[in-house]
Amino acid sequence: MSAVPNEAPADAILSCQGLGKQFGAVRALSDVSFFARKGEVTAVIGDNGAGKSTLIRCLVGVHRPSEGVIRFDGQDNPFATPDEARKAGIETVHQNLALVDELTVAQNLYLNREIVRGIGPFRFLDRRAMNRGAQVMLERLSINVPAVKQRVRRLSGGQRQAISICRAVGAGAKLVVMDEPTAALGVQETANVETLIRRLKDEHVSVILISHNFDQVRRLADQVWVMRAGRVVASVRAAETSGNELVALVTGAKQ
Amino acid sequence: MNTPSRSSTVEARSKAEGRRPSRAAAVLSPSFWADWASAVGLVGLVIVFSILQPVFLTAPNIQALLVAAAILIVLSIGQTFVVMTAGIDLSLAALVMLGAIVLGLTHEAGYGIFASCVLAVIVTSGLGFLNGLLITAGKIPDFVVTLGTLSAVTGLALILSGGEPTMVGDTFLLRLASGSIGIFGYPFLVAVAVALVSHIVLYHTRFGVHLLATGGQQESARQLGIRTGRVRIAAYTISGLCGGIAAILLVARIGSAEPTINTNLLLNSVAAVVLGGVSLFGGRGSILGPLLGAVMLTTLVNGLTLLSVSAFYQPLAVGFIVVLAALIMRYQK
Repeated sequence: MSAVPNEAPADAILSCQGLGKQFGAVRALSDVSFFARKGEVTAVIGDNGAGKSTLIRCLVGVHRPSEGVIRFDGQDNPFATPDEARKAGIETVHQNLALVDELTVAQNLYLNREIVRGIGPFRFLDRRAMNRGAQVMLERLSINVPAVKQRVRRLSGGQRQAISICRAVGAGAKLVVMDEPTAALGVQETANVETLIRRLKDEHVSVILISHNFDQVRRLADQVWVMRAGRVVASVRAAETSGNELVALVTGAKQ
Repeated sequence: MNTPSRSSTVEARSKAEGRRPSRAAAVLSPSFWADWASAVGLVGLVIVFSILQPVFLTAPNIQALLVAAAILIVLSIGQTFVVMTAGIDLSLAALVMLGAIVLGLTHEAGYGIFASCVLAVIVTSGLGFLNGLLITAGKIPDFVVTLGTLSAVTGLALILSGGEPTMVGDTFLLRLASGSIGIFGYPFLVAVAVALVSHIVLYHTRFGVHLLATGGQQESARQLGIRTGRVRIAAYTISGLCGGIAAILLVARIGSAEPTINTNLLLNSVAAVVLGGVSLFGGRGSILGPLLGAVMLTTLVNGLTLLSVSAFYQPLAVGFIVVLAALIMRYQK
């Protein structure tokens, strides 16, 4: 049941084969094979330093893998930079949320894909269109924020997380990658974010979720991948596993 | 000055929406005073000097004051772009000196005045670009790079000029220095034009948003695919460009290219940026603020001169006001 499959299935949106990453003398990833199915929530769990973040950073073009192949939407090694990954349809919700405090909610939602009007070098921001678009994006996911012209600095942790997820989805992402989305949140805000992730699934957005919270993983995910010491050690269906089994896999008590 | 005033009402509105109890409360909060230190300071100085010296508030004096402020305004705006990326350009005054020398020497060598001006601007912009390249690609702190450029460029200007001033007697520059529309001299109008273009670039283009994002949270901007290195290089290039424009205004004003560096210009450009409410940590500020800051510092010097205060006291007064502004800035939210 916990055997690691070698071949990615046909309905995988993102997969990799034999991925490795070396930082100087440190081997962060070795021979990692992984896939995420279309329309599913795929979780990656593991202890601190197990290589979850490094794997994700390789997959979304932040790090260039030392060896191995990445396949996204039928294309081999499709991007070398986060920008290219974004253009290809992978949006990442980083642990630090990648928000700019001094910019407004709308400016953050449209950061690096601003709507402009004009021709040639004379292209100016269409703020009205962006504010309207931001409102629509927020309403679609029922996100409650005081105003789109509000600076992000004034928002709560849960609201910031929601803005970051909303930005990822609003870009028309085929795949949203989330790194510990509820790590810094309280009970109520965690529940809100989990509802938001379920709503993404209803909208047929594929999600990769990195998490420490095994209960959350079993609540949200379809497939769970377990990492330990830079390797993938197990891949299980969330419905067929238990919290105890996940703990055993993560700690290495169960091989 | 239509655009900046409109943006300030937008600012006020967004503040009102930011769960501020009322506009009156906003005016009373320390953060308001920090944001508008330059405007408040300017109004205060104008009132004080008008009372102490009636000559101060006459058209000829205002005209002279604004013309004298032009160079500092242009430099402060260049400095603003760099400070908004959380950097600093210490080479700015040296670039003005080199730009002036290039203008003088090429003009003397028989180039037309426009060609000379363009060459001066290209040289200073190119050196600004080099600053940015060394800081981002070379991964050297901005402070060290621009300090090095300050020295190297000063030396280069001395070598090129042989330490001798070059007369630039040209009718175009003469007209630029002395002409005016109403009480607004051409140099001041040039500075206002630079400010308007800068405001549009900063607040109405993608580049502007990316610059604010880079200065605010560079890591976030990078994660979203903004090429923060390029944005920072562009900021230093714009700073160099402003240095070149200032060099033209300087040569027009004094009628020759002098191989002397005016360190006051550098310090006052940073001072104007701080007075203008631009955060030294980047990502926050305006163009109007530093413009008013530059006018305010020039007003201070002008007023003290009218009151026959010894020139020796002027740096003391500037220093006092800048530190005071920095103290107020601590309350900036």
